[in-house]
Amino acid sequence: MRVSLKWLKEYVDINISPEELAERLTLSGLAVEGMEIPGKELSGVYVGKIFNIEAHPNADKLIICQISTGGEENYQIVTGATNVKVGDVVPVALENAKLSGGLVIKRAKLRGVESRGMLCSGAELGMDVSILPTEQAQGIMILDSKLPLGMDIKEALDLDDVVLILELTPNRGDCLSMIGVAREVATLLDKRLSLPESITAQENGTIEGFRVDIKDEHLCKRYVAKHFTKVKVAQSPEWIQRRLRAAGVRPISNIVDVTNYVMLELGQPMHAFDFDTIRGDIVVRTANKGERLVSLDGNERTLSEEMLVIADSSGPVAVAGVMGGLVTEVTEKTTNILLESAWFNPISIRRTSKSLGLRSESSSRFEKGIDLTGCQRAADRAAELLLEIGAGELSPGNIDNYPGIQPEKTICLRPERMNQILGINISVNEASDILTRLEFKVEKKDSMLLVSAPGHRTDVSIEEDLIEEVARIYGYDKMPYTLPFGASTQGIRTRIQALELLVKDCLASLGLNEVVTYSFTNPNFLEKNLISKESPLARLVKVHNPLSEGHSVMRTTLMPSLLEILSKNFSHRVSDMGIFELGKVFIPVENEKLPEENHILAIAAMGNTISGWNYKGKSFDFYYLKGIMETLFQRFAISGYTLSRDLQGTIFHPGKSARILIKDKCLGTFGEIHPGIIENYDLPAGVVGMEIDLNLFAEISVNQIKYRALPKYPGISRDLALVVNNEVVVQDIIKSIRKNSGQFLREIKIFDVYRGK
Amino acid sequence: MEQKLLAIQNKALEEINAAVDLDMLNDIRVHFLGKKGELTSVLRSMASLDPSERPRIGQVANIVRDRIEEQLNQQINTLRERITKQQLAAEKLDITMPGTVFELGRLHPITLVTRQIEDIFLGLGFNIVEGPEVELDYYNFEALNLPKDHPARDMQDTFFISPEVLLRTHTSPVQVRTMEKMAPALPVKIIAPGKVYRRDDDATHSPMFHQIEGLAIDSKITMADLRGVLKIFAEQMFGIDTKTRFRPSYFPFTEPSAEVDISCVICGGKGCRTCSYSGWLEILGCGMVHPKVLEMSGYSSQDASGFAFGMGVERIAMLKYRIDDLRVLFDNDKRFLDQF
Repeated sequence: MRVSLKWLKEYVDINISPEELAERLTLSGLAVEGMEIPGKELSGVYVGKIFNIEAHPNADKLIICQISTGGEENYQIVTGATNVKVGDVVPVALENAKLSGGLVIKRAKLRGVESRGMLCSGAELGMDVSILPTEQAQGIMILDSKLPLGMDIKEALDLDDVVLILELTPNRGDCLSMIGVAREVATLLDKRLSLPESITAQENGTIEGFRVDIKDEHLCKRYVAKHFTKVKVAQSPEWIQRRLRAAGVRPISNIVDVTNYVMLELGQPMHAFDFDTIRGDIVVRTANKGERLVSLDGNERTLSEEMLVIADSSGPVAVAGVMGGLVTEVTEKTTNILLESAWFNPISIRRTSKSLGLRSESSSRFEKGIDLTGCQRAADRAAELLLEIGAGELSPGNIDNYPGIQPEKTICLRPERMNQILGINISVNEASDILTRLEFKVEKKDSMLLVSAPGHRTDVSIEEDLIEEVARIYGYDKMPYTLPFGASTQGIRTRIQALELLVKDCLASLGLNEVVTYSFTNPNFLEKNLISKESPLARLVKVHNPLSEGHSVMRTTLMPSLLEILSKNFSHRVSDMGIFELGKVFIPVENEKLPEENHILAIAAMGNTISGWNYKGKSFDFYYLKGIMETLFQRFAISGYTLSRDLQGTIFHPGKSARILIKDKCLGTFGEIHPGIIENYDLPAGVVGMEIDLNLFAEISVNQIKYRALPKYPGISRDLALVVNNEVVVQDIIKSIRKNSGQFLREIKIFDVYRGK
Repeated sequence: MEQKLLAIQNKALEEINAAVDLDMLNDIRVHFLGKKGELTSVLRSMASLDPSERPRIGQVANIVRDRIEEQLNQQINTLRERITKQQLAAEKLDITMPGTVFELGRLHPITLVTRQIEDIFLGLGFNIVEGPEVELDYYNFEALNLPKDHPARDMQDTFFISPEVLLRTHTSPVQVRTMEKMAPALPVKIIAPGKVYRRDDDATHSPMFHQIEGLAIDSKITMADLRGVLKIFAEQMFGIDTKTRFRPSYFPFTEPSAEVDISCVICGGKGCRTCSYSGWLEILGCGMVHPKVLEMSGYSSQDASGFAFGMGVERIAMLKYRIDDLRVLFDNDKRFLDQF
């Protein structure tokens, strides 16, 4: 919401600086995200009138203008503009003027003819060109001929206005209007709010020969209409255009501008139909299946049965609250209009605008909920403005079809509960005063306040809402800082939380960097990692509306993410890197809505550990990785595991990988990555990886460290050299030694391996 | 005789003082004090002396011998010291050569910041709870007072798995799951760190990021308590001089709601590019748990009240480490990881 300070000051007296106002608003819940002064850089530009134009003797595309700025001196200005004529009132930048963007105007000779300034376009004045007509944005900005000559252009076009940019929360639809913001300001500054005066509503009943029939009273609770004849569609007066521009709305014509003006002022979206294009009466109903409508933007829309439409006897003429139809649009030829000021169901509007992909100033207000009690006032205000600017004649009669009229709801505010929740001490009177200033009706009863919310505060329905209203105006920052009082609690990490922390520290101390990667991935990870469609890893949780193919499935293994990172770093000429991640994998479960989420530890490494002048790095190979695993297992007292080679159809090299088994469960796998996969990731040969099931790891790791008494005598070591067949694996030899060694054997270490010919 | 002894002594001392290494001193010892040494041979000729002279001369001879020995030992020590000094001086390393290299792995900044936040709240008596990342619409939205078609759902563009299942858009569903499990027991004090997902991907948004949720429920928890707890958090996280500011805001699951700003950690509140010259940085959203949320999860909103807050870990990590591009956090470039 863009709020012009000049406009705002029409409703409330503001005696503080714009900066202070912005701060006060922000601290009361209306966040001011920025401040704009369109003509901030502008100086030396005045309102001038062209009283003579002649051709340039040396240039076809230039003309020579004589300009008066109301003083005795006239100015000769050479311009290339094509949209000016004698009598036009225009912005004139005189010598030494500064334009938007910092350009300084100098006296110059253009093809031999002296020019003492420049005529300006809207863009050169720092105006938002997206809401100006093209000829004013690029061509010279033609001004209202009634403007006094010599007036500073900043004043003439309100370019010295300060515009506050409000970033409103979705509950504060009421502040999508000048009156809404003015009400907040008046409350904060404790000033009186002066509302625009409106003609009193016409006698209710009918407009002769015309009816509005509401078929769906849930989706349309109220429909107010007014009828105008002898309409002359034209440009609206400059003051209306100025207001609209400050609010970021493009001026279109007097009729449309007035509906937009009232929307900006009161927050009630309005629509004007060309009455002569409407056949029969207006019916507010849901669309029939397959009905079509060409909307104002020229696109044909296919409507569905839950969309609310405004229809006549020939079919829909507008998508209610979202966009008007092209056929009934107000054009230059229009002579009779019907003005609509209605209430439409927020949820319905939201669904419709979403499914049509159409969002408008109107729909965004309806979907936040507008003031049901304010429809008539807005229609009256629009009628008054149309009359004021002489846009047409108001027909007698007024339609106010109001099936959804609601009884006033009372909310009880208990001051002691308010103070209990806030932790402060606000008096009943102060709370009552704040709510009254915000236009709530307040009645004191016993020690309580009986409060009813004004129609524009559709967001207030329970006691807590009132508590927030009082608190935000009182000032959050006036509340004290305290700490919860009551039974004390102990904050401790659970076993697995503590374990994860220690595992990370352990791996980092072993020289591996921790990484964090996305939980979703590209389904091509299966192919890239030679995982068959039948593998359990190929059963995926799919994202229904991914941002891209690359984020479209939840991962079932962490290794591809780690290989991706090694690959990316390798392409940046990093050849040695060891990384790990603790993350979740997502496994669909039959007949369950939610997948299983398993904690996995994954490690991957390539190249060598770091080398120095006196120390040669070790290769990140199978045994290095196994060493990391053994250290980790030792640290968490995991023993009694065996290794098996049974790794067919996994991501590993079949001869250089292992499955870690413990009590018949698979704790994890590790080894050299399959050469085919290494190639798919453009990685150097010999990359290794490991995945460990952290839940199982936590389950079998020993939590309690138990001291063993030290042996009385120093240890004795014995060398044992064995000649064995190539097929015998070390694991079996160790097992056999352990079995036969008795109680005194503490440690078995392989110190050398020799393979003869 | 006596003259002779004194002459020997003078000669010996002279030679001792002139000696430059231990070998020479050894020779001197042999020459004067050895079995065939000069002093020894003089003593042998004592037999020819008049017996009345012997005691006196004997005494002189002993003095001479002691004197020589003393001087010898002293000179040996001096020389040894000098030699040691020379040797040490010769054994010189280039102390500027680098030491043996150990590679210390680093933890990801997200982990570092998460731990720090966890530790602060553990100290305040909060426990850590986790919840599923693939979540039911009910826990992510409905039970948090965000029914279908609620406009505030637009604030969190959602990845759906099915109409009922989604990737959680915040860590708040853990609140609901915890309350359901605990109700009606009091007090509840938890934080819930974890990954969350939103359909946004640009320089300032990542489709996956990390949040930490906090929840405290008891019979008399106040908004002033929320202010107190978050003030302590901000001061511990960003430094004791950090100021906090509470601004009214809107979340469907809290009422009253607030957003918390801290004084800019870059400029200290004077105004700079990071804080858009406001002096303040928004770091989290919070509020008093909405009575509907309490009721839906099994608590009576008349007997229990509580506060909840949620913060983005990336945002805090970026402020703490002065990281200006969110994406580097997930690129996992070694040159980035090595900095932490």
